[in-house]
Formats: sequence, C-alpha cells, structure tokens
Amino acid sequence: MPLTDPPAQPLLEARGLRFARNDDPVFGPLDFSVDAGEALLVQGDNGAGKTTLLRVLAGLLRADAGEIDIDGGAAGPARRARAIAYLGHLPGLKADLSVLENLEFLCGLQGRRRGQLPEHALGIVGLAGYEDALARQLSAGQKKRLSLARLWLSPAPLWLLDEPYANLDLEGIELVNRMVQAHLRAGGAALVTTHGAYAAPPVRTRLLAMTRPVAERAA
Amino acid sequence: MKATSPLPGLPGTASALMRRDLRLLWRRRGDALQPALFALLVIVLFALALGGEAKVLASVAPAVLWVAVLLSGLLALDTLFRGDAEDGSLEQWMLAPVPLAWLVGVRTFMHWATTALPLLLATPFLAELMHLPRGQLPVLMASLALGTPLLSLLGAVVAALTVGMRRSGILLALLALPLYVPVLVFGAGSVAASAQGMDPVGALLLLGAGLVVSLVLAPLAAAAAIRIALN
Amino acid sequence: MNPLIRWFHKLGSPPYFDRFAARWAPWGYGLGLLVMLWGAYGALFLVPADYQQGDSFRILYIHVPSAWMSMLVFGLMALYAAIALVWRIKLCEILAMACAPIGAGFTLITLVTGSIWGKPMWGTWWDWDPRLTTELILLFLYLGVIGLYNAIDDRRAAARAAGLLAIVGVVLLPVIRYSVIWWNSLHQGQTIRIFGESTMDPSMIQPLVWMLIGTKLWFVGALLARSRADNLRREAGKAWVATLAGGSR
Repeated sequence: MPLTDPPAQPLLEARGLRFARNDDPVFGPLDFSVDAGEALLVQGDNGAGKTTLLRVLAGLLRADAGEIDIDGGAAGPARRARAIAYLGHLPGLKADLSVLENLEFLCGLQGRRRGQLPEHALGIVGLAGYEDALARQLSAGQKKRLSLARLWLSPAPLWLLDEPYANLDLEGIELVNRMVQAHLRAGGAALVTTHGAYAAPPVRTRLLAMTRPVAERAA
Repeated sequence: MKATSPLPGLPGTASALMRRDLRLLWRRRGDALQPALFALLVIVLFALALGGEAKVLASVAPAVLWVAVLLSGLLALDTLFRGDAEDGSLEQWMLAPVPLAWLVGVRTFMHWATTALPLLLATPFLAELMHLPRGQLPVLMASLALGTPLLSLLGAVVAALTVGMRRSGILLALLALPLYVPVLVFGAGSVAASAQGMDPVGALLLLGAGLVVSLVLAPLAAAAAIRIALN
Repeated sequence: MNPLIRWFHKLGSPPYFDRFAARWAPWGYGLGLLVMLWGAYGALFLVPADYQQGDSFRILYIHVPSAWMSMLVFGLMALYAAIALVWRIKLCEILAMACAPIGAGFTLITLVTGSIWGKPMWGTWWDWDPRLTTELILLFLYLGVIGLYNAIDDRRAAARAAGLLAIVGVVLLPVIRYSVIWWNSLHQGQTIRIFGESTMDPSMIQPLVWMLIGTKLWFVGALLARSRADNLRREAGKAWVATLAGGSR
C-alpha cells in the first residue's frame, strides 16, 4: 500500500485537550494530530472517554481546556461544518421517512459531494433496492449502512467515526474498511474509536490510547 | 482532495428542513388534528361546567377560547424537539453549516404551522360553540394570529431547556406559564377591550412588537438551551 | 494584577470560598437580625398610627422590604447566571442557584403580608391587585428555576439551564408587570391603591430604611451560607472536604 508523504499542515490538531463532567475528569490533557491521508485509531476501554473526545472534536461539547485547530486555523463552527463529518451512536434518521428521503434531508442540511448521487451511495453500502423503505423498517445494521451512505455523500475531509463497526456483520466491517481506505486515498482523514477487538482499517494509522484519569479523591 | 461543493446556506437548509417536516406531517396526518380536538374538548368541558346558557358562555367566550388555545399549544410543545432529540437529529443540526438558532427558528415555524394553524382555522367554529358575539371574532382572530406564534417562540425556549429530560410534561407547563402571562393578558384583553368599546389596536400592536422581538431572540435562547441540555 | 481582581480569582477556588463564606455568613445573619429588630421596634412602637388605616399599616415595614428583595434577588440571580454562562465561572453558578430559594422566600413573605394587609381594606384575603398578582407570577418563576435546577442530574448543566431560565425571566419581568397593570386597569378600574407610591411622612421612613438595610444584610448571610453548603456538596469526595469534615480516612 503506497504511503503518501505527510503534508506540512495536519488536518486536525489538538493541544492540551481536557474535559471533566461534574468535576470528574473524563480525559486529558491530550495532544495529538491527524494528517490528510491517515487514520487515527482511538482505543480504550468503556468509559475511557472516547465518545466524549469525538463529541468535543465535532463541536457538540465544549472542552474545559485546550485548543483545537482545523486546517491550521482555530476551530470555529464554520470551519467545523466544512471539515468534519460525524458518525455517532445515534443515527439521526427519521423513522417515518424513507431511506432516500432521509438522505435527501441530510444532504440538504450538510451538503453533498459533487458528482455523488444518493442512489449510487446506497448501492455502495448495500442498500440498493431499499430506497423507499421507511427507516422504521430497517434493522440496526441497515440503519448503520444508511448512516454510512450519508457519510459517503458528505463533502467533509475529516471523518469522526464513533464505533463505526457496531451493529455490522463481517461484510459490513469490510465495507467500513473499504470506505475508509478510499476516503484516505482521496486525501481525507479519519478518526476512529474502537475497543480494539475489531479489525482496524488497512491504512496508515496512528494509535491514541485513552485511559480513564484517576480523579483526585480523598485517601 | 475531493472536489469541494458549496455548502447549503440559510435558504437551502431552511427548505430542506421544511420539506422534511411537511413529509413527516403527511406521514402522520392524523396527529395534525389533535391540538384542534383538544381545544374543542376544553370548550366542551367549560360549556358543561358553566351550564350551556348562551349569555353566560358569551360573557366568558374570549377568555375560554384563549385558554383553550394556550393549553393545547402547551401540550403540543412536547413534540417540538423531543423526536429530533431522541433520534440524534438535533446533533446533526448542530453540525450543519448554518447557525443552530436558524434551524430552531425554522423548526418552530413549521411546528406552529402544523399545530396552531389548524387551530386558528377551527377558531370560528369554536367561537360559535361559545356564542362569541360576531363583532368580536375579527379581534379574536387577530389576537390569536399574533399570539400563537409568540406562544410557540416562548414555548420553544422552555421546550429546549427540558429537551434532555424524560418525564418533563408538568415541569414544561410550570416553566412556560409565567412566560405566557403577558401574551394571554394582551391577547384575551384585546378582545375584552373591544367588547367594552375601547380600541384593541394598542394591545394588538404590543403583541406584534413582542412577536418581532421574539422572532430574533427566542431562537437564539432556544439554541443556547439545546446546547446546555445536550451536554 | 489589580488586587481586587486577584481576590475575585481566589474566591473562585472552592476551599478559599468555603473559608470566606464560613467566616462572613454569621456576620450577615447577626447584623441583619439586629438591624431588622431595631427597625421592627421602630415600626411597632415609635411610629404613630396612620390616620387612614390605623395600626394595620405597620405590616408595610415587612411587606415593602420583602417586595424589594424579591425583585432585587431575581435580578441578582439573573446577573450571576449571565456571568456563569458567559465566563463559565463555577462560583457564579453556585451563587445564582443559592439566590433562588431565598428570593422565593421573600416573595412568599411579600404575598402573605400583602394578603394580611389587604384583608381589613378589601374584606377578602385576596384581591387581584396588580402588584400582588405580579408577585405571584414572580413566585412561579422562582419555583420554575428551582424545579429546573433539581430536575437535571449534571449539576453544572442544571445550573446553566436554570440560569438561562432566570435570564429569560428577568427580561420578561417588566413585560409581565406592565401587562398585569394594564389588565387590572382594563377589568377592575381603579381599586383603592393600598400599595401605591403614597408619600410618607419623614418620621415614618426611618424604620423602613432600617428594615431595608437589615434584609439586605440578612440576605448576604443567607446567600453565603447556602452557597457554602452547595459548594461543599459539589466538592464532596475531594481531599480538602474530608479534612474539613474532621480527619481524613
């Protein structure tokens, strides 16, 4: 697999990132960066703060301390919206709308990659033929594939994937790996959280291991 | 790098959200009648409790009609953000290239159009049931046309504050009702003023001014509340 | 750095605030009580009876300061909440939430004393007087803030949400007040203005001033005491709290 030369400026850079909930430290301080063309694997046990980290990077939560730079500039809502596509635990799909209607809405909200059609994306994720099925009728794995289709259509270069392999069978896991590979080859980047049990995408990766910080407690 | 396509702006996201909400309304069109049915039920209860005599009903008609609309709006408030919060749609709104306040405003408008507008259309019929004097109907309609969007906007702030909670029904009402007082006072009061022969325009203008101010401030406050609640 | 600003920063540290509050709360309570007792003595014995209302007007000396405090505390609560939301200062979150029950208490006293005051004049315990009606809605606003604060598990998110509600409330409060006055003039015409801005003879004002000062001092004591308790509860489990509780385990 060809390795691209690391570019001069990382796509995402975090310095001294810290987050606490109810004064219990969840993670921090963290320093890391993600370059275009590479994937950062965030590994850790349950409760280590992986999901919280991704939500902080996506802009859904505010860090208690630290800085995040996107494409060299401080991360504000405009930069984030342009650069980041987030795949979280909740699929963000309306149960009463069809597969295609859901995609149409999400693309209308967050943009669509030029030259990519929703029907084409459905074919890639293996949902061809399900265009008019209501999201309510899909299984958990199919809902995940629909989210992946939305991800595929997103114009954002940085993918934040929180447990992307959850709810997927072996074929689905292969699909995620293929998608990440193609995305990275085209110059994008991905940040993937995983327990470590599943196969990692076969691309140039770095590892960020997270452990739950010990809270300052009375002896 | 992939070819970058232009991101949707304010009009694009607004039309996408409106199309979505209209589609959702169409899938559950039966639900759209529920606020109007609830208001009708409240009217029926008042008529039963008061005795059904035309003169008695007519004397309290503007107030009862306003309270019925207000209460049914309060019940409908729960559906403003709950569905989108539960399936993760609110998160996707926060990741969009437009301010969250914009999407909140569009959503509140669609919610008003799908819950309060049918109620407004049903009002002449409900007014007949309460024996509202014909002359007061135009003022009542005007006050409701200005007041219900205002109730939706104020309600959106309260609904946003409680969006994370599971059983927030009564708390939502307790939080919203003090904020609703001025709207109710000027809304029902404008009709009462016109019934006494005074000019209702003053009260209606105040409602209008409140509506204009809330159109700007309420979505901002609601967006801030959503961020706090989803923390 | 300016020593005053340095002191504010120090105050934000939980252990330091605990010591500060523990030291000054009793002073607030004590001085406030003394001043209020002096004002009450003046109100009951030194001031001559009103020519119109007789002795029943004396309850004004509790009613008016309570009414002022109910409004002042709400404004203060909203101010603390705004600082907490913009600068994310935890101490201001604690102070804002501590204001709410105290303000609600003052509002309740205002309502009860107002009702007692009105009984001889109205003949009933409650007349929908615009000022008392506004106080009643204010009580609901307070209860809403307290209710919202208690309904959310994450203490910091709860304080921020309830704080936002307080800010919305303070913005709407003048509107509510104006609407109730308008409503009253529309429906009931001119009622006997018991609570009006009547000019008071200078000899009657002095106890009122003492009561005004006394309630403010007492409020400072109550605010510090409640904030201290909330601070300790939030920091429970930290080392300094354990040593404070009497010996670390």
